[in-house]
Amino acid sequence: MELVHIWIGLVGLVIILYVVLDGFTLGIGMLFPIAADERERDVMMNAIAPVWDANQTWIVFGGGALFATFPLIYTVLFSALYVPLLTFIFGLIFRGVAFEFRATSGRKTQWNSSFFWGSMVATFAQGVTLGAYIGGIEVKDGLFAGGAFDWFTPFSITVGFALISGYILLGATYLIIKTEGAVQARAYAQARWAAWVVAGFMAIVSLWTPDVDPAIPARWFSEPRIYFIWIFPLMGLTAFIALHVAISRKREVWPFVFTLLLFLSAYVGLQAALYPYAVLPDITIYEAAAQPKTMIFTLWGVGLILPFVLGYTIYSYSVFRGKVDAGEGYH
Amino acid sequence: MDVVTLSRLQFGLTTAFHILFPTLTIGLAIYLMVVEYLWLKTGDEMYYRMYRFWVRIFAINFAVGVVSGITLEFEFGTNFARFSQSVANVFAPLMAYEGMTAFFLEAGFLGIMLFGWNRVSRGVHFLSTCLVAIGASMSAFWIMAANAWMQTPAGYELVDGRFMVVSFWDAIFNPAFPTHLAHMLVASYETSAFAVAGISAWFLLKKQNAPFFRRSMAVALIMAAACAPLQVLVGDLRGKNVAEYQPAKLAAIEAHWETNTAGGADFVAFAIPDMKNERNLMAVTVPNMLSYLITHTKDGQIQGLKEFPKDERPNSLVIFWTFRIMAGIGFLFVGIMLWALVLWRQGRLYDTPLFLKALIAIQPLGFIATIMGWITSEMGRQPWTVYGLLRTADSASPIAAGNVVWSLFFFILFFGIVGYSFFYYIFKTLRRGPDLESPMPRVQRLSGMEPEQNDTESMEVK
Ligand code: HDD
Ligand code: HEM
Ligand code: HEM
Repeated sequence: MELVHIWIGLVGLVIILYVVLDGFTLGIGMLFPIAADERERDVMMNAIAPVWDANQTWIVFGGGALFATFPLIYTVLFSALYVPLLTFIFGLIFRGVAFEFRATSGRKTQWNSSFFWGSMVATFAQGVTLGAYIGGIEVKDGLFAGGAFDWFTPFSITVGFALISGYILLGATYLIIKTEGAVQARAYAQARWAAWVVAGFMAIVSLWTPDVDPAIPARWFSEPRIYFIWIFPLMGLTAFIALHVAISRKREVWPFVFTLLLFLSAYVGLQAALYPYAVLPDITIYEAAAQPKTMIFTLWGVGLILPFVLGYTIYSYSVFRGKVDAGEGYH
Repeated sequence: MDVVTLSRLQFGLTTAFHILFPTLTIGLAIYLMVVEYLWLKTGDEMYYRMYRFWVRIFAINFAVGVVSGITLEFEFGTNFARFSQSVANVFAPLMAYEGMTAFFLEAGFLGIMLFGWNRVSRGVHFLSTCLVAIGASMSAFWIMAANAWMQTPAGYELVDGRFMVVSFWDAIFNPAFPTHLAHMLVASYETSAFAVAGISAWFLLKKQNAPFFRRSMAVALIMAAACAPLQVLVGDLRGKNVAEYQPAKLAAIEAHWETNTAGGADFVAFAIPDMKNERNLMAVTVPNMLSYLITHTKDGQIQGLKEFPKDERPNSLVIFWTFRIMAGIGFLFVGIMLWALVLWRQGRLYDTPLFLKALIAIQPLGFIATIMGWITSEMGRQPWTVYGLLRTADSASPIAAGNVVWSLFFFILFFGIVGYSFFYYIFKTLRRGPDLESPMPRVQRLSGMEPEQNDTESMEVK
């Protein structure tokens, strides 16, 4: 059982790493059309060009790790959420190629919109996926047994829009760190309104979730969770207020940090509602787990290799630290 | 059409699209590594210019490789959930390792490779290029291990229709793996070398930047000359491995219907295999040659396709031909290299128009051979996803066919757009030609130092 707990924690960690890292990248993509001119868009793109691929790789590894350690989640979820997941992929395709194609292109407009729509569609589909996951999936004999449009509910669509606002907030606060002048000034304004929208959506989704799955509040308010569950909304509220203060005081790094906290509070709160279930309503992580030998083998990789990955990821961010400008030669 | 057929079609199309890009990524990364090494070693600025020119092609290609690859990893779950559930314990960790050891390495250092010139020292930049190249080849290691395991499963035990791991070592180093990996890697190196040589030949023929492209071509041709004969050798080993472990596939590749009892098996050089009536139309054969190729004896026994039940035979009509196209290209490449050797001895390598034209013409052939090889390998595995153990028919997801019709339509549309744009921008980049003027990157002492503004010229180093 220990292995299962280590792995559910690791998978959770990888997913939240993906969410915040690709989240700010996608967020900047969604803010793209609001920039004043091509030069500003170059700045925005240069802020993420050296790191977007590494950020996106977290979902590739997340998928692989989920497949290896909780094959049942991987297979059930992926067949149930066929349409939103492949829509997510389609979004990523157009977002991803936009970096190189736009840089090479003379007429940038078409790749600007590819970048914007790719980011938007990918984000929305991700949110729908999350919403549909919370909504529960019909499973029989370890295989998906529902219909092709089970994922399509008012709740999942709402979560889709919620995630758009969340990633925009991440993107805007990251831009504050990486840019200066007009772009930064605009990012401050964007972060401020995005924060309100995010707070609104968080309230709506939190109040709605018990209605989608009554078992969730029951778990929240059962022992031992009842003793610490209140920390997460409190943490979220604190982060929200601190975020506004940081934006008003024109701090550069803090808005991003508080946005991360805001995300973390929602994410951990959700995880606490799910545990020990892997696929709602009734498959537990123990049933979903792979053979122990497989978990151990993969854990060796995580123990030996992932520290290096984290090390050179940090190194790469430090190489590209500081403000970007439009001219910083695309290769 | 049903979910299984549609999913196979989709998986085949998306992997075939994907593999075109990794092939170039893997090979070009090595090429760039060599070029940068030569620059650091000789200090010759030309090598630096070469790097900057070819890395642009590399970057565009890499982006398409990445976005098409993510698709595949998702498709195991979306389209082949039954397969994935059955094999996950053995198969999936290889994907996880591919992510950890290969994709992160590539993605992590690609940024420095492309944008890091003024931010890291030359040594660190070179190291980044090396790590990207290693990452690309590592990626092949894991994915080929996964695919080889599907061809010749090992290191598992079957419990209630599920594959449980007994030994990961045996699973990874399964019988098909060494030759499968070697053949794919050499294919990538060879294909990329001919791609660079062909592009260079085009510029040489147009007499543009001749010294630059002469040098580019020289490095590429050395790579190609090393790979071309090697690939025929490795291909031969691959064939023997198939003969030993996947006899039905071999029989279908060779359109060999009857097991030879007295005397050797004939090699079918040309034929139209007729699956329904179990015979070859218009066959041209070479006596005893097949026995000779596979067993190195005149009368070695080779199992014929008729020995296998009808519903366990791969489609000979297709893989007979895909194999011959691939192998034909392999021999053609060797021939071209012999020609190059003669011209080189005569000192006319760079200014024989016919040779340059030939290099331009054969440039796409490596990619074609790669696709043909994969079709041979994958369709030859049919009707199994895990050879002899799990049928393709039992592998698909329990989803409505409409899902796959929908996604297949968009894949064709979107990959069409992306593929078209890819060529458009590659040609655009090529037409712009190399940049021989812009200043060299400054030498930096500390890695990660902030670049100073506007001192580019003053610190220019020759
Ligand atoms: C690690 C696994 C793996 C790898 C590396 C590849 N494939 Fe594959 N391929 C599969 C795993 C697989 C699969 C999921 O197992 C499929 C789907 C159904 C099947 O039988 O095998 C398949 C089917 C499949 C088909 C359809 C065959 C048929 O249904 O008759 C084609 C044409 C290809 N593949 C082509 C490729 C190409 C061009 C690849 C180069 C990258 C490739 N495959 C790599
Ligand atoms: C069907 C099996 C395959 C799957 C599931 C798969 C999966 C993937 C994924 C998810 C990526 C994106 C990684 C990123 O975001 O950085 C990728 C890229 C890549 N794949 Fe594949 N792949 C397959 C076949 C192959 C094969 C057979 C090879 C090589 C022999 C290969 C080599 C690469 C390389 C080198 C990249 C890096 C990006 C690029 O080359 O452009 N892949 N693949
Ligand atoms: C005379 C030369 C060649 C021979 C005898 C040969 C032999 C083979 C054989 C027997 C297979 C089937 C393996 C299987 O079913 O798993 C194969 C597959 C393949 N071939 Fe070739 N080949 C030759 C040339 C080439 C060339 C020139 C290329 C590309 C540049 C190439 C690329 C591939 C690829 C990508 C595959 C599928 C992956 C693999 O099985 O490793 N081959 N080859």
